[in-house]
Amino acid sequence: MAQLICDHLSLGYDGHEILHDLSFSVEAGDYLCIVGENGSGKSTLMKTILGLTAPIEGKVLWGDGLAKNEIGYLPQQTVVQRDFPASVWEIVLSGCQARCGLRPFYSKAEKALAEENLHKLGLEPLKNRCYRELSGGQQQRVLLARALCATQKLLLLDEPVSGLDPVVTSELYQLIESLNREGTTILMISHDIDAAAHFASHVLHIGKTVFWGTKTQYMQSPLYRRFAEGGTDA
Amino acid sequence: MTDLFSKLLQYLQFPFVRYALIVGVLIALCSSLLGVTLVLKRFSFIGDGLSHVAFGAMAIAAVLHVTNDMPLVLLITTISAILLLRTGQNAKIKGDAAIAMISVGSLAIGYLLMNIFPVSSSNLSGDVCSSLFGSTSILTLTQAEVWLCVVLSIAVVAIFILFYHKIFSVTFDESFSKATGIHADLYNLLLAVVIAVIIVLAMNLVGSLLISALVIFPALSAMRLFKSFRSVTICSAVLSVVCALLGLLISIAAGTPVGSTIVAVDIAAFALFTLFGKILGGKA
Repeated sequence: MAQLICDHLSLGYDGHEILHDLSFSVEAGDYLCIVGENGSGKSTLMKTILGLTAPIEGKVLWGDGLAKNEIGYLPQQTVVQRDFPASVWEIVLSGCQARCGLRPFYSKAEKALAEENLHKLGLEPLKNRCYRELSGGQQQRVLLARALCATQKLLLLDEPVSGLDPVVTSELYQLIESLNREGTTILMISHDIDAAAHFASHVLHIGKTVFWGTKTQYMQSPLYRRFAEGGTDA
Repeated sequence: MTDLFSKLLQYLQFPFVRYALIVGVLIALCSSLLGVTLVLKRFSFIGDGLSHVAFGAMAIAAVLHVTNDMPLVLLITTISAILLLRTGQNAKIKGDAAIAMISVGSLAIGYLLMNIFPVSSSNLSGDVCSSLFGSTSILTLTQAEVWLCVVLSIAVVAIFILFYHKIFSVTFDESFSKATGIHADLYNLLLAVVIAVIIVLAMNLVGSLLISALVIFPALSAMRLFKSFRSVTICSAVLSVVCALLGLLISIAAGTPVGSTIVAVDIAAFALFTLFGKILGGKA
């Protein structure tokens, strides 16, 4: 049984349909890259998967022992976060919030989990630093550690490398790849088609033409060749 | 100096002065706790907007000859706070425009109502002025009002402490909170209600126009110096209480208007913190 199934989804916002009849599924351990041009509905798809936007038609189904709140999410940075006075520790710990339910304070186990994820992403030296003073790559690692506190099963990443320099970008890609090798399912939105071709196991290409399949199939498709050569998304 | 001190002690003999100090400190504490969240959510002006709504509500209460206008004012302000915080996220009219609209609108309607149906006194502009800039009403508090304020303040502080981590999560990243299954909308609603309660309370102290100052200044001052959410919150609460106390004492001793004196002290603190922030900026 797959972890995530999107069944004949039609999505959009304000009753305005962007994507029609989209079906795909994600198995545990997959690394799915969602690519497409700006405005093709990548972010809307991710919001629909997360349940932030209701689909116009169709269903998002969770399976394989994955509950709806067992998703780690790495959103794009917002304006609010750029000057938010918060320490790295406070942010990483807030990933455990969903586990708390109505309990007002964090338990020892949750703090230990946050410590563990700080360690995993090499953030221990930055633990008491202020988030807004970190570099872009460090900030992304902090948000990744927070996402890992929410779950180790499935991560949704929304353009994780946008605005990062090439060195930091490749470091972050390697980090994500190592998480995937440890068994975390990855869903990544990207318009970096080369990274998709390099790291992903499966590719979902959305736009006027929709493609869903393994990376090997994708690289043989005419869609990939056209897109990679910088042509238009026909 | 001893003169001043004995003069203050003498004033403290009066129950109304003690009431004013208690209520002033409590309101300063409550408004600064939520100020941090509001400033970060880009809702700095909500205090001003809601206080205008409360002014409009008071006008309606006066026209309807409601003697105890508190419940009506609280109800109308709460509804407006909920509407504002709701529309802030995904409406056609965005946060700042919505606040501007609601605040100017209710101010105008309130003034209009008071003009069409002149009620309490003949001195209309005097009435308007005192509800905007804070009258001496903090010095005319009854014991019942003080108790009401104490109970509500304890409730606000308790809610804030119990939901502190949730407020942090929802303020820092609403999408992430929602995605991982936190009821962000519910907490936003809770915040809206608490904010409305504080603003209605604070109107008694500093008057409508100066409420924003109580919400914004301590939070902004604390952010100059401190870098974690917890330290900013604690600092802003302490700072706000100290400034309110200082402002009240000065205004009693010097006979200056209560609200404006407190805000003047807040401004001085902000200047001081900015200066320290600049000096320490390099290493902190």
